[in-house]
Amino acid sequence: MGILEVKGINKRFGGLQALGDVNLSVAENTVHAIIGPNGAGKSTLLNVLVGKLIPDSGSVMFDGQSVLGRKPHEINQMGISRVFQTPEIFSDLSVFENVLIPCFAKRDGSFRMHAIESVFSEKAIHQQAEEILADVNMLEKRHMIASSLSRGDKRRLEMAMCLVQDPRLLLLDEPTAGMARADTENTINLLKEIRTKRGITMAIIEHDMNVVFSLAERITVLAQGTPLVEDTPDNIKGHPKVREAYLGEAQV
Amino acid sequence: MLGLEKKDFRLMLIVVVLTLLAPFILNPFPEGSELAQFNAGYPDLMQRFVIFGILAIGFNILFGLTGYLSFGHAAFLGVGSYAAVWMFKLLSMNIVPAILLSVVIAGLFSLVIGFVSLRRSGIYFSILTLAFAQMSYALAYSVLTPLTGGETGLQPKASDVRLFDGALEAGENATPSLFGLAMRDTYEMSVGSWVFTFNFGYYVAAVMMILAFYISIRIFRSPFGMMLRAIKSNQTRMSYTGLNSKPYTLAAFVISGMYAGLAGGLLVAMDPQAGAERMFWTASGEIVLMTILGGAGTLIGPVLGAGFIKYFENIVSKINKATLEQWFYWMPDGIEDVMIAIVYPFVGKGWHLTLGLLFMLVVIFLPGGLVQGGQKIAAIFRRKKSSDAKDGATTPAE
Repeated sequence: MGILEVKGINKRFGGLQALGDVNLSVAENTVHAIIGPNGAGKSTLLNVLVGKLIPDSGSVMFDGQSVLGRKPHEINQMGISRVFQTPEIFSDLSVFENVLIPCFAKRDGSFRMHAIESVFSEKAIHQQAEEILADVNMLEKRHMIASSLSRGDKRRLEMAMCLVQDPRLLLLDEPTAGMARADTENTINLLKEIRTKRGITMAIIEHDMNVVFSLAERITVLAQGTPLVEDTPDNIKGHPKVREAYLGEAQV
Repeated sequence: MLGLEKKDFRLMLIVVVLTLLAPFILNPFPEGSELAQFNAGYPDLMQRFVIFGILAIGFNILFGLTGYLSFGHAAFLGVGSYAAVWMFKLLSMNIVPAILLSVVIAGLFSLVIGFVSLRRSGIYFSILTLAFAQMSYALAYSVLTPLTGGETGLQPKASDVRLFDGALEAGENATPSLFGLAMRDTYEMSVGSWVFTFNFGYYVAAVMMILAFYISIRIFRSPFGMMLRAIKSNQTRMSYTGLNSKPYTLAAFVISGMYAGLAGGLLVAMDPQAGAERMFWTASGEIVLMTILGGAGTLIGPVLGAGFIKYFENIVSKINKATLEQWFYWMPDGIEDVMIAIVYPFVGKGWHLTLGLLFMLVVIFLPGGLVQGGQKIAAIFRRKKSSDAKDGATTPAE
């Protein structure tokens, strides 16, 4: 039984069947990649998992609890964090504040009226934030305004913001999309490091096969809204159905 | 100190000193001199400075931090005013119950309006608040006349209950007071040809503003304040970080509504009457102007903006043709007339024109408001100083 169990998800947008009977099981302490050609329904699936979309039918269970019908902030409080295709950070705030906020969210829940205490007096939370920034090599940039960071640093910062919450499942939506070669390598290394250091369960949606095969321990191939196969990376590489799905796209 | 960082404490001290010494600072010109009309140190105007300062400080907690632009904040000011007058009518002329109730009622009122308006953001939120404020104005002006006095406004009358004070005697004026000390009590101090006016009401309002300013600093520096800035910055990341932005924005809305209620109560404490025009949309617009002119999102900006606008409204609007003739009398006749013709539209009744131009200049060249202007000037001085210091350091070496 995986930490995330998706059963029989269907989602239609008008006449388009975006997801048809999707089953997926992400085992605890693995990196599970979801790949597929454009329009395969990867992003739709991810949006269902985080509560942004509600499926027409099916169930999504996280650690034995249903995720469906909950708001994104409630799902995050259950222990699911998400990294976006283009980093979503608090760009007007300093790097340090960017990591302080998830620390507070983790400790105080989705709302607390702590209006009179000073941010400066929260020593434990400061320490937590400093540790995570040191982990992603950004401690010396803590006073910079987040919008002035390079794209790679923004990605690192977003990752730090998710990690500091100690998520039980980290969802990554094409973390290297649009990145230069060097940045992609850096991101792969960062993710590998996170994986070995913290043992966080991850689900990755990715286009770049290089990224997928260097990280994933389990791969699900999605095509036209339905899972084709689910297997280990080695078996996926030579799988005829997968080649068909991708080559089919290439010929068009 | 006082739970503030050093820098904030210094700012706080400056504000305290400036407000307490305002009767001196605002009266720099000797009585009877030509420039005496630029003196702003009379009770009525000084009271307005601090009361509208409170209003703008509160508005800034909502607009400056969360970025939600309320276009109906005057409604809370009006509601607070009515609540205060009713306390005068029902209980006593002591301002304590009046001000307490004005804050509470404005808080409840903003809870309801905020709950509905905050279902939308951006321009739709602004329109919703504007609609609510105009509805409140219309209600106060007509339908709710028994409660608000309608067109004539609400003021203490001889027929009032006044549970603690007893009914007004014939010919007695209702004077608001704080445990027997009347708000209008004034002490005048003459130094040479200068006259400084110390008004009790002003000092009551000033202490309230200092308190309001202190609370606003604490909110700005608190985790709550940081969350509000996070809402302004990125709501998507906010919810994917496990934070529910709704209660945060609602709390900010109610806090700023209570600030507006406090300002409304204080206005009534200084002058015991309230009218519906206090809720009109131009009044709401004025609050927005104050905050942007001074610098939205900064601590001191809104107070500066409020002071600026109230100064223009009361001082520049008093300059008339006779004053201008006095100013330009030394010029040759023809040129004098031309000068007067040029300047006249910008003063007196045309003070809005001057204010509008000023506002445009600030928004175009100093989007951070007057505070940004101050920072730029300070930066120039600092650069000069550091280059002087460098010169000083190199000279002895040579």
